[in-house]
Amino acid sequence: MELLSGAEMVARFLKDEGVEYIYGYPGGALLHIYDALFQQDAVEHILVRHEQAATHMADAYARATGKPGVVLVTSGPGATNAVTGIATAYMDSIPMVVISGQVMSHLIGEDAFQECDMVGITRPIVKHNLSIKHPSEIPMALKKAFYLASTGRPGPVVVDIPKDMTAPTDRFEYVYPKSVKMRSYNPVTRGHSGQIKKAVELMVSAKRPVLLAGGGVIAAEASAQLIELAQLLKLPVINTLMGLGAFPGNDPLYLGMPGMHGSYEANTVMHHSDLLINIGSRLDDRITNATEKFCPTAKLIHVDIDPSSISKTVGADVPIVGPADAVLNEMLKQIKATEFTPDEEARSTWWQQIEEWRSRHGGRYNTDDSELFKPQQVVEAVHRVTGGDAYVCSDVGQHQMFAAQYYKFNKPRRWINSGGLGTMGFGLPAAMGVKLSFPDDVVVCITGEGSIQMNIQELSTCAQYNLPVKIVCLNNQSLGMVRQWQDLNYESRHSQSYMKSLPDFTKLAESYGHVGVEIGPGDDLEAKLAEAFAMTDRLVFINVHVDPYEHVYPMQVPKASMRDMWLSKTERT
Amino acid sequence: MRHIISVLLENEAGALSRVVGLFSQRNFNIESLTVAPTEDATLSRLTLTTVGNDRVIEQITKHLNKLIEVVKLVDLTEGDHIERELMLVKVKAVGSQRAEVMRTVEIFRGQVVDVTSSVYTVQLAGESDKLDAFIGVIGLANVLETVRTGVSGIARGEKVLSL
Repeated sequence: MELLSGAEMVARFLKDEGVEYIYGYPGGALLHIYDALFQQDAVEHILVRHEQAATHMADAYARATGKPGVVLVTSGPGATNAVTGIATAYMDSIPMVVISGQVMSHLIGEDAFQECDMVGITRPIVKHNLSIKHPSEIPMALKKAFYLASTGRPGPVVVDIPKDMTAPTDRFEYVYPKSVKMRSYNPVTRGHSGQIKKAVELMVSAKRPVLLAGGGVIAAEASAQLIELAQLLKLPVINTLMGLGAFPGNDPLYLGMPGMHGSYEANTVMHHSDLLINIGSRLDDRITNATEKFCPTAKLIHVDIDPSSISKTVGADVPIVGPADAVLNEMLKQIKATEFTPDEEARSTWWQQIEEWRSRHGGRYNTDDSELFKPQQVVEAVHRVTGGDAYVCSDVGQHQMFAAQYYKFNKPRRWINSGGLGTMGFGLPAAMGVKLSFPDDVVVCITGEGSIQMNIQELSTCAQYNLPVKIVCLNNQSLGMVRQWQDLNYESRHSQSYMKSLPDFTKLAESYGHVGVEIGPGDDLEAKLAEAFAMTDRLVFINVHVDPYEHVYPMQVPKASMRDMWLSKTERT
Repeated sequence: MRHIISVLLENEAGALSRVVGLFSQRNFNIESLTVAPTEDATLSRLTLTTVGNDRVIEQITKHLNKLIEVVKLVDLTEGDHIERELMLVKVKAVGSQRAEVMRTVEIFRGQVVDVTSSVYTVQLAGESDKLDAFIGVIGLANVLETVRTGVSGIARGEKVLSL
């Protein structure tokens, strides 16, 4: 029998659970735990400069690897600083375990120094949370946290540990719990065969089908099955923002992203389809536009592991609850077992129509109305320079949409962005989290001068741990997406959307020991990018001066249907 | 439409606040809520009444089911069921009113559980409509104070909500 203190149990459990990294920041309530971490070397602790960055690092680690990311923050401000990152992970269904320190049990509720009700504050933004009432509960509580975070629909779980639970003098028996069973939590492991049969019947008889793949396909590692299904039935495929890479971006069956800034062909195809096969997308407002006008002629097959995501925004004709991989496997099995002859004539008419739509817009943009580079050009150049095979971690705003539109992802887990919450400041720590785990891969942070300043302090963490990420800052000296909306809806009254007194980013990068590169009018964009990316062992801050007047198009017309879009500043569908 | 949803909940600290939080967080309506431990000390039984169309009720039950501490739930209004609510009400009772109030209490099969020279405290159980009707007959002007438990419910027949 092994006797450990609560603090030692935390450290030991993380080792036994196979955790490689924890991202955190120490503080009073965590001193016992940090002392226990000091005395082991199985788990590497990464010291960030702000707790929000710790959560985004853990989040991106999870997005890139599929394994839960682990965060350690102290009570009070440490915990509240982590809240944005927890909400970010929650909205995108990312597995994460956050261990927060808490004041000593006898002080809880007395407004003690650095006390806050972390369990209460995070309740609406976690899959589950729990607080420790006795040190002996720690191993099982952590096991539950990892189990809940990573099974079913993944999500963040917070474990709040009062300081006295980790006291070095109080020792209890430690056994690593190999498994956990909870009577009130049984995630589904497969879809209902009868429902899948109904779906398959619709799929083989549809004349204008379209396949929509969301983040659920990536979470379930179901890309191979998705590709097989699309090829088998010659389905046009659309990846949502969270599903980019689930289906290869360079495949002829692929039409792009749907929704507010989706491609012309993706939105138009969805609008005119007679069957929408939605695998693992929750059809949020940025996809559907006005739900009452959404895909008026389509029947909807909705596959989701979370029943509450089905018929939440748009009623499903064939709801299927289950993980994307198991459901797709069963679909493929049933399709192969049925003798079906798809209506070749209808399919070829559909594809002719699709190709016609595809040729109409095709993601074009003007390059002759400004001396400055267009942000789209920069993303396309980054795509070429990195061979289309980088991890691209994005911040939030226009640059995020340009990256999503113009960097064609061919593999899942390469596109790391805050899709649901839209958290500015996500990009740099996310890139750090990925680079740490994939030191030999190219990791790019595509950002803007607004977003990057929300977590710019992490340049220091990059120096400490030698994280040579490439930061591509599409610098338009304004909060581009806000500005775009102000141009469109507020007669270009740019209320608080431009940034004066920007730092000299090159000097700033250099002050941390990194490299800074400026790219502006007259420069050879691709050559300078290639030069920067060739510095594989250095963090390079590439500040590209881009056209501030550029808007993201297509852009759906508000309160209208999928096909109603602005295609440029002057052109409407 | 009004629905009565019965929930078996792990009897743990914080479980109730998760249920209540869900309703405000998702903009669901909650009309009444009662909760108490069951014969199995590890479980609480919670009954809530809510109003919404089928789509909303479907979302409510799905989201409740998603809460880790929710073990099982049933929408009682989907089948035959019995619902009861208990009310204690202080009614002004002076002079000729006293006999009148007594008669009304008898008609509603209530009980006077406390008396002073000017006040009857009446206990009444039944469906919520019945309690409303009693207040209506007594007249708001004569009602000094009411306290209602909120609805409890159980399915008719052999159907049971248990593990």
